[in-house]
Amino acid sequence: MANSQRYTREIARRYRLEAQKFEDGFVCLPNRYVSPDTGATKFEKINLKPTGTILAFTIIHIPADRFAKESPFPVAIIETEEGCRLTTQIVDSKFEDVKIGGKVELVFRKATEEGDSGILNYGYKAIVL
Amino acid sequence: MAGTAGIVGYGSYVPAYRIKVETISDQWGDDAGSIERGLMLSEKTVPGRDEDTITIAVAAAKNALLRANIDPQKIGAVYIGSESHPYAVKPSGTVLVDALGIGPNVHVADLEFACKAGAEAMYISYSHVLSGNMEYSMGIGADTSQGAPGDALEYSASAGGSAFIFGSKNIIANVLSTHSYTSDTADFWRREYRHYPRHGGRFTGEPAYFKHVLSCTEALLDKSGFKPEDFAHVVYHMPNGKFPLKAGKIMGFTNDQMKQGWVVNKMGNTYSGSSPTGMAAIMDVLKPGEKAMMISFGSGAGSDGFVFEATDLLPAVQNKAPKIHDQLDGKKLYLSYGQYAAYRKKIMFND
Repeated sequence: MANSQRYTREIARRYRLEAQKFEDGFVCLPNRYVSPDTGATKFEKINLKPTGTILAFTIIHIPADRFAKESPFPVAIIETEEGCRLTTQIVDSKFEDVKIGGKVELVFRKATEEGDSGILNYGYKAIVL
Repeated sequence: MAGTAGIVGYGSYVPAYRIKVETISDQWGDDAGSIERGLMLSEKTVPGRDEDTITIAVAAAKNALLRANIDPQKIGAVYIGSESHPYAVKPSGTVLVDALGIGPNVHVADLEFACKAGAEAMYISYSHVLSGNMEYSMGIGADTSQGAPGDALEYSASAGGSAFIFGSKNIIANVLSTHSYTSDTADFWRREYRHYPRHGGRFTGEPAYFKHVLSCTEALLDKSGFKPEDFAHVVYHMPNGKFPLKAGKIMGFTNDQMKQGWVVNKMGNTYSGSSPTGMAAIMDVLKPGEKAMMISFGSGAGSDGFVFEATDLLPAVQNKAPKIHDQLDGKKLYLSYGQYAAYRKKIMFND
């Protein structure tokens, strides 16, 4: 994350999974103004239930610098009950338990630290159930 | 206007990671058997690299909200007691309230009093509701405890926490009595900017832990008019396995009364989360009409004591969130000492 101002703006979606549900049924997080399929612009805010299904995953061995000490780790695209697709790190789970179709729970964790003196960034990650 | 107040929801969380006592003793050349017998510990919880007091408090509070089944917006205050708040300046509680949809019309404060900050958070929350100041208040004890490499504390300092929501309606456990006992006793401390605490060795025992917990218990029994045999369960702060059992025995409690809340052998000492998590374990099994006593201890030093009595509403909520013994016996990911040292940032990395 770039700075504390941007982090603060993104709290609703990162902490509470506050997503948008468009009038055509499309659910997205992060936010956007137009539904990609129908061009619908009217939406309501919903809080996603913190569970989902793994659609695809990979094991990251050469991560970005800020995640270097955590490698290797799985990253997955998951779909929530509401049909929202998210990319998220999978933690507290053995690699052999990470499978397409597997159920996950979204939990509140520390995502990154802005060096030794910057802010701490929190958000959701997934645990295989 | 003053009214009634009691627990309306409770919840706990411990990380999945563990390290065995023998893994630590192998590192330092200590005898695992004598350490395990001396401290009465077999393993301890370790926070994941992405876990801290804030994430542990959020997980415990979520479980408390599941049991309380209340609108988070009605919670008027949130207090987190810890000696490992991630920021020196910036509250842990503000992150938690935004993560759980509490507030922004809410009073928030971070508390610190060594290992009894969680009990303090409960004490203040209870008092708020009792005074009629607000409908609900949440007190949390959570820690990712620090222990220096090679120090005796390294065998016990662990991670976890519990949250208690106090309210005046749909109470699952009434508070029948409270007491606090405090004096200036320099048994354990951590100065600013220091990574690890220091302690007075054996001075942490009789003049510190035992003096305060026993004096608090005596005063609480005297105040409430109850005798040790009136309680189904009792929990003392658990810096190791031995101290709480010895304190309970001195006061006349039996092993049967102490075993349910004695979670330290599988969890370690979660500092501010220790006695609250023992109390949560008791809440998991307490039956309507049964009484339980919780006696915390914080170095420096002080003890907060509570007498609780379960209502008819408790059994219906016990299974609404994970029970603490199930969490301790459930998913376990064991670490080597090297992994543990990296997880706890005891290794110096390059930039």
